[in-house]
Amino acid sequence: MGRTKNQPTGGQAPVVQRIRLRYTKRGPLRFTSHRDFARAVERAIHRAGVPIAFSQGFTPHPKISFASAAPTGVASEAEYLEIGLRERVEPAELCRALDAALSPGLDVIEAVEAVAPGSLADRITASLWRIELPGVTDEQLAAAVAAFVAQSEVLVERMTKQGRRTFDTRDAVVSIEAVSSQTSPPGVVVTAPCAILDLVVRQVTPSVRPDDVLSGLRVVADLEPSAPHSLKSARATRLAQGTLTPQGEIVDPLDADREPVAIGER
Amino acid sequence: MRGDSVFPQLEQLLPLVSKPIQYVGGELGAVVKPWESATVRWVLSYPDAYEVGLPNQGVQILYEVLNEREDVLAERTYAVWPDLEQLMRERGVPQFTVDAHRAVGDFDLFGLSFSTELGYTNMLTELSLAQIPLLAADRDESHPIVVAGGHAAFNPEPIADFVDAAVLGDGEEAVLEITDIVAAWKREGSPGGRDEILLRLAKTESVYVPRFYDVDYLPDGRIQRVVPNRPGVPFRVHKRTTMDLDAWPYPKKPLVPLAETVHERFAVEIFRGCTRGCRFCQAGMITRPVRERSITTVAQMVHDGLEFSGFTEVGLLSLSSADHSEIGDICSGLADQYEGTNVSLSLPSTRVDAFNIDLAQELARNGRRTGLTFAPEGGSERIRKVINKMVTEEDLIRTVTTAYSNGWRQVKLYFMCGLPTETDEDVLQIARLAHNVIKSGRQATGSKDIRCTVSIGGFVPKPHTPFQWAPMERPEVIDARLKALKNEINSDRSLGRAIGFRYHDGEPSLIEGLLARGDRRVGAVIRKVWENGQRFDGWSEHFSYPRWVDACAEVLPGLGVDLEWFTTREREQSEVLPWDHLDSGLDKDWLWQDWQDALTEYEQDDCRWTPCFDCGVCPSMDTSIQIGPTGHKLLPITPVNTGLRVPAGA
Repeated sequence: MGRTKNQPTGGQAPVVQRIRLRYTKRGPLRFTSHRDFARAVERAIHRAGVPIAFSQGFTPHPKISFASAAPTGVASEAEYLEIGLRERVEPAELCRALDAALSPGLDVIEAVEAVAPGSLADRITASLWRIELPGVTDEQLAAAVAAFVAQSEVLVERMTKQGRRTFDTRDAVVSIEAVSSQTSPPGVVVTAPCAILDLVVRQVTPSVRPDDVLSGLRVVADLEPSAPHSLKSARATRLAQGTLTPQGEIVDPLDADREPVAIGER
Repeated sequence: MRGDSVFPQLEQLLPLVSKPIQYVGGELGAVVKPWESATVRWVLSYPDAYEVGLPNQGVQILYEVLNEREDVLAERTYAVWPDLEQLMRERGVPQFTVDAHRAVGDFDLFGLSFSTELGYTNMLTELSLAQIPLLAADRDESHPIVVAGGHAAFNPEPIADFVDAAVLGDGEEAVLEITDIVAAWKREGSPGGRDEILLRLAKTESVYVPRFYDVDYLPDGRIQRVVPNRPGVPFRVHKRTTMDLDAWPYPKKPLVPLAETVHERFAVEIFRGCTRGCRFCQAGMITRPVRERSITTVAQMVHDGLEFSGFTEVGLLSLSSADHSEIGDICSGLADQYEGTNVSLSLPSTRVDAFNIDLAQELARNGRRTGLTFAPEGGSERIRKVINKMVTEEDLIRTVTTAYSNGWRQVKLYFMCGLPTETDEDVLQIARLAHNVIKSGRQATGSKDIRCTVSIGGFVPKPHTPFQWAPMERPEVIDARLKALKNEINSDRSLGRAIGFRYHDGEPSLIEGLLARGDRRVGAVIRKVWENGQRFDGWSEHFSYPRWVDACAEVLPGLGVDLEWFTTREREQSEVLPWDHLDSGLDKDWLWQDWQDALTEYEQDDCRWTPCFDCGVCPSMDTSIQIGPTGHKLLPITPVNTGLRVPAGA
């Protein structure tokens, strides 16, 4: 067969299908950095025999784009990436194959063909975080949250790639709530005392991460866990991310690509 | 409870340390078994940072071989960086395995693989974090049996106080044999305790148990004799040799880490052993005879390993890969099979030989021509005769020029400094050689866009080599030679600009030399320097020469010797060497003769192509050379269905 128009000289096969995936970073593997994860995904794609498309050029790269990257050490139930394929596959099969090719804890839990316009990244404007705070009592946390909410601005400092920066953590926080540790969902192992915090944070620049909000709680209320715990050993999990609605809810970024019937049935 | 996970305690510390991913495991290929399912439990360590230790082939092979046995479990542990070590001490978290995060002290056997002596201080950190007494003599039945292996174990005397046993040579059969002995002893109810099990191991004649040997010294500090101190213990302990590498095609399921490591590739050993006879090369001496893996097994391993791991790079490893009897067919066959895929093949450790350019051409079909490395090792024709590296300057220039003409832009040349009989002039010749390389390359290509890097390592005389008697050069002399060489390279600005220069200074080599040829008295130095904070000796940012010199000065004079005595002193033929009771198969008289030949610049050919030169290995070990050609050719891989696979074993 001769070359088609889409296939430039010396080139790689064109992308015929784009698939969006939701994956997790669970348990010990939450310490995977974004770079580590990117390498692991690339290998998993080879292991699973995924017909990945490559970029053009002297050193072709596989077509993988990550919509988000939870900070190293932060767990996530809702990370997203998109891959470009040179052959069509069944998304559900791809999901199963990739999941089996990745270490347990890095779990691919959903795959949807990209059909709706707009990039994944455009659909992500906020995240729901849950933070477990060993060494902090429910009362301590409730008091700190109340103090935080009462402020209109809570400045914290963090080292960024640009150096030490001071920024506001209050404005990006859409909601912040101390969840009673009694009501913690099944599967979450709690060693007492361990207060739990739920947070909805808008995506802003510089980004406000869970640990920044904890720094904010320390600033407004001297929140400090009892020894040997520290705020640094708090365990954060991204439970969801997506488009923030005016009602403060987060819409799954894959919803737009799902067939209309599928939404109600899920 | 024994075998419980310490992860909950460790987890608290991980957010506080750098690169926590290296401590959590979760690699593809990792195996976690229920504690109670196994009769014998091994913890294996490569005592360096995870990023260096994980890719180690030896540990990966033993890990897989052991875990394939249903009644055995094997896990891995690596050296933790000082930031985590400090936190672990503060919070009482023990040295842990990365597989199931079990305490190292809970296992039956603790195997440490030493490719170099620079892991000794890290071993002490691991033992102490594991709450295992540092001295073997202080351990009881509740502690693991500490076993050393790897090339450095051919002289384990400097760590004789700290290890219970050492195994020389190939490990795959040895670990299974040890496992069986320990399993039988445990089933019998562990009769006679630690002493009994060590005695049973010693009686195999292939496990060295230092405590069963006494070392006597002469008044001048030399060793008088090393003798067994109880009945049934052999006078000499023999190395292990695994024959028929096709029967041991490991690793089958290579470990694929999440963390970034020094080698991100699937490595296949295409043969073991080497009889080129380079006199400085311990690996070549102690791994004889040459045993090839067949072309078909190599190809099968490459196929299976890539499919299992998802790696896109394959390294065809050995001590001198182009010497495989069917290397041409292996390279072109694999290049055919993987043409048009994203798999890249590499052939490290090749000799200076135009044939290698052909091989490299084949392998580069799929990838970029980034760089080629050659190791002439010595700068002058004379010194190359001393070390038996049979390469003429003409060969080298021709080879390198061919490489440049074929599109390679960068060539790396590897040399050593501090070789026996070396003069300033021998080292300065490296500059002339490099200048000629660039001149010829520019002439051949008509381009100025070619480079060469001169990389220089310090020579360290090693046990079981003809240079085991040789004096080391003092670090000041080495450093002065390197400085003069650098000036000489840059004496011609035009040529010097195209030549990169990399070197290590002489001090770390001297310490490596102390540890390599030391005897039991050096153990006290290792302990002292470790107590003074020394860790990670293979890392220039952690290595402290003054700390080692101080520890030597504190400990050795009381024992009647010093750092120079172990390093810069030439040994006589009659001297009892600390490793004489450890049998690598090499005949000591042959080694001495080869040392004399070195001094008279007499070259020794390879026994694969010329008659046997009686190094002693084959008859004493009852082994023989196993080489092809088999005559088999690799068939093109039929494109199997390109559908999705659901890989097992993740």
